[in-house]
Amino acid sequence: MATLPKEQDVLIDAFGPHLNRMEGRQLDTGVQPDKVVNTHCCFCGQQCGIQLKVKDNAVIGFEPWYAFPFNKGMLCPKGVKRYLQGSHPDRLITALERDPSSDTGFRPIAYDEAIRKVAAAIDRIQTAYGPNAFGVLSGASLTTEKAYLMGKFARVCLKTKFIDYNGRLCMVSAGAANKKAFGIDRAANPWSDILNADVVVIAGSNTAECAPITTNYVWQARENGGRVIVIDPRITPIARTADVFLPVKPGRDVALFNGILQLMIENDWLDHEFIENHTVGFEAVAEHVKQWTPKRTAEVTGVAEKSIRQAAELWGQAKTSFLMHARGIEHHSHGVENCLSTINIVLASGRIGREFCAYGTVVGQGNGQGGREHGQKCDQLPGWRDISNPAHREYIAGVWGVKPEEIPEAGVDCYEMMRKIDAGEIKGLLNICFNPKVSLPDNAFVTRALGKLEFFTVIDFFLSETAQHADIVLPGSLHEEDEGVVAQVEGRVIKINKAVDPPGDAKEDWRVIQDIAQALGRTHGMTFNSPREIFDELRVASKGGVADYFGITYEKIEANNGICWPCPSEDHPGTPRLFEPDSWNPIAKGAGPFYFPDGKARFNVAAYRPPAEDVDEEYPVILTTGRVVSQFLSGTQTRRIGPLVDQYPEPRIEIHPKLAAKYGIADGDMVTAESRRGDITLKAQVVTTIRPDTIFIPYHWPGRKSANQLTIAAQDPVSKIPEYKVCAVRIRKA
Amino acid sequence: MSVPAQFEFFVDPNRCIGCQSCVAACSECDTHKGHSMIHLQYVQRPISVQTVPVVCMHCDSPTCAEVCPADAIKRTDDGVVQTARKPRCIACNNCVLACPFGVPKMEVEYSLMMKCDMCYDRTSVGSKPMCASVCPSGALYYGTRDEIERARPRSEPVNKFRFGNQIITTKVNMMVPRDSTMQHIDGQHIDVTAAMHEEPVNPSGMLENVFDEIG
Repeated sequence: MATLPKEQDVLIDAFGPHLNRMEGRQLDTGVQPDKVVNTHCCFCGQQCGIQLKVKDNAVIGFEPWYAFPFNKGMLCPKGVKRYLQGSHPDRLITALERDPSSDTGFRPIAYDEAIRKVAAAIDRIQTAYGPNAFGVLSGASLTTEKAYLMGKFARVCLKTKFIDYNGRLCMVSAGAANKKAFGIDRAANPWSDILNADVVVIAGSNTAECAPITTNYVWQARENGGRVIVIDPRITPIARTADVFLPVKPGRDVALFNGILQLMIENDWLDHEFIENHTVGFEAVAEHVKQWTPKRTAEVTGVAEKSIRQAAELWGQAKTSFLMHARGIEHHSHGVENCLSTINIVLASGRIGREFCAYGTVVGQGNGQGGREHGQKCDQLPGWRDISNPAHREYIAGVWGVKPEEIPEAGVDCYEMMRKIDAGEIKGLLNICFNPKVSLPDNAFVTRALGKLEFFTVIDFFLSETAQHADIVLPGSLHEEDEGVVAQVEGRVIKINKAVDPPGDAKEDWRVIQDIAQALGRTHGMTFNSPREIFDELRVASKGGVADYFGITYEKIEANNGICWPCPSEDHPGTPRLFEPDSWNPIAKGAGPFYFPDGKARFNVAAYRPPAEDVDEEYPVILTTGRVVSQFLSGTQTRRIGPLVDQYPEPRIEIHPKLAAKYGIADGDMVTAESRRGDITLKAQVVTTIRPDTIFIPYHWPGRKSANQLTIAAQDPVSKIPEYKVCAVRIRKA
Repeated sequence: MSVPAQFEFFVDPNRCIGCQSCVAACSECDTHKGHSMIHLQYVQRPISVQTVPVVCMHCDSPTCAEVCPADAIKRTDDGVVQTARKPRCIACNNCVLACPFGVPKMEVEYSLMMKCDMCYDRTSVGSKPMCASVCPSGALYYGTRDEIERARPRSEPVNKFRFGNQIITTKVNMMVPRDSTMQHIDGQHIDVTAAMHEEPVNPSGMLENVFDEIG
């Protein structure tokens, strides 16, 4: 019965979010830390190096880690205040059992008893309804060891096909497009290739707020003479000083990139030699984009024709370039096409696989890269192997000591899992590192689905809005309470080091998972004694795959400040830059630099489709959603850190003065925005930095402040990413 | 212990992204832990996301010290203007009102003026100030003049400012674009609609600026 045991405000009183601020030893100036631990930030995919100061098994502050090359001590405000998530009053230090008769809705229970109850519920549901009646939701903020273990736990221990993860909301459009075009899904270049690029294109990335450290790379490129082109419906801080700004109408990115490609062709700004020798499919794409004349592109994208021509001219004539994109073009029901259309202009330019000739997606989550490589996706096995490929199944079955036919078939994406819960097909769910009640679109549906579960268990360190629905909550580990690796934005595998032990009954997540396996009596392959042991198995499991980690060791990572995969052997230095001429990979085997048997990259026709829900008379305004710099994703951590909440206490509706005037809205007025799925009432922020046909709401908040009450669950047919960036709303003064 | 002469502080508002990392980190500094001394504000949020960080400029002849009736504010030989000394400060607010950059803050609960001391606990032992360490856009930078001139050829450091008849030279430098014709998209016309298809384009707006530059 996974409905809320008590009213929301009772749960919030008891379990937070409460705000943690500097106090006690965190304010003392003379305290000598017991140790200073080199590790990384727990938040975004930049994974900035940071040193945590530890005293008496508590993190009391931080020191910039100047020697870590990616960020050289730099941090955003989330990184600066991240340490306040430790020693937090909301920290779960016991297991909890749902108990509507108690004052708080939950009663603390002994850890072992909680584990036994979870195992009994899994066993009961699977015995009654079959193994696939129990599902697993996981996350891309976990270390790669844990992500690997979650995939193995679902397939080997639970024998369920239903596992998916919150990278579904993040990286999958870019991933699918990269696989289609390059045969591999990873940023193609190290970030140092930004520094001397003639042109930097930033498409759908609020870089300054969501990947702040990247800003310094972009500014440095500009100091070196580079030009910056920003594509976004809002003038974000990275757009403010851009050379060319293209305020694309949300959902029209394919049209824009096709239009730019058409201008490249018209003006012969093409690398014919590269196209001829290293790609296939150009002719079909060239034929397709003929319809995207500058005039039509301007009409569809809402961007001035002159600006489109400027961008095409800069891009077309550049000698070097770095094109990066993020969720702005990926969160669409045609997110894969959006990414493919950007890759087409990269391939047509021939500027890839060389120094300062670069392409990459800006990863969102901390392990957004590593978390999508080793088998917690519904259709994937470790090393980026394909769960429907017999040879891949056989290899992984060998590593896991099971028969290939024992590995379940592909499951479904996380939103489809919610639909299956709603339909009664999935009866039980284990959730870790995911807050779907806040982060999934149309979250009234998500709440309804969660309420139908016969049994729901959550492993977390705080009682997230999703965990409030759980029958049993198991206290897991914070980032600083465990060790393991993650792959950051460049595909660089780096090491998270343990600073403190989990408090109270809390345990490292991998121990919690294995304790459940033990209580189920299904211990096969679930008896690791350390993250290192898991990593060593993962290395073997990834060996020979596209995401080959075999040559990476903890020691090698520490000695080199990270190693970029693929790294097939211990004497291999890793691969900071993909697709270098004459490079070898296990698919092309020397035929060419790209990961296809012929070694050639693929152009893909990207046909324009409007968003799933376009504006109409009834709902005439576009809603687009995104992030602010001081909050992170669903806010489970950052809504509990006082200084970060002070910086941007609650969501506002950004609205252009022209649109505001139409509805008689002044800055600071309360405004209601309503979609076909829900409504929200927030304070208006009237600014000229957003398109007048679009409003923006950041999505970090739950309940009545959640932007995802309004968003649509339309998904890309290939990547299954939801269309967070466009839906239709109407607005009125509240 | 003093701040080494070769290390200087540079502020480049052109680079600022308003993230408040400096504000967050300032309160981690051991000399004023829990209190942020840096100022970061939007210039005019309704029409731009431009923000400006303001640290103490550490004037060669600090007005704050000159107007202090209690002689509470000292400039050390390394050029750092220190925060008011607790035993002397009478919380009269003279410095707050007089500072041409608007830097000192009156902390009423302590009856004490507090301000940026360039993280003296860090800089006097060879480390970097918190704000300039963490700033993810390089809007705040602490290093040698040689480093900044090599890394940022488009701008030059300026440390002489005129306020009415008063000319002030400072230890902290502002980075000023060398090319005065350099335009940003919000240089003259900050409205998104200037780059939109459906909207009339302001002839003096961003498009022309960029196009002329390229042409």
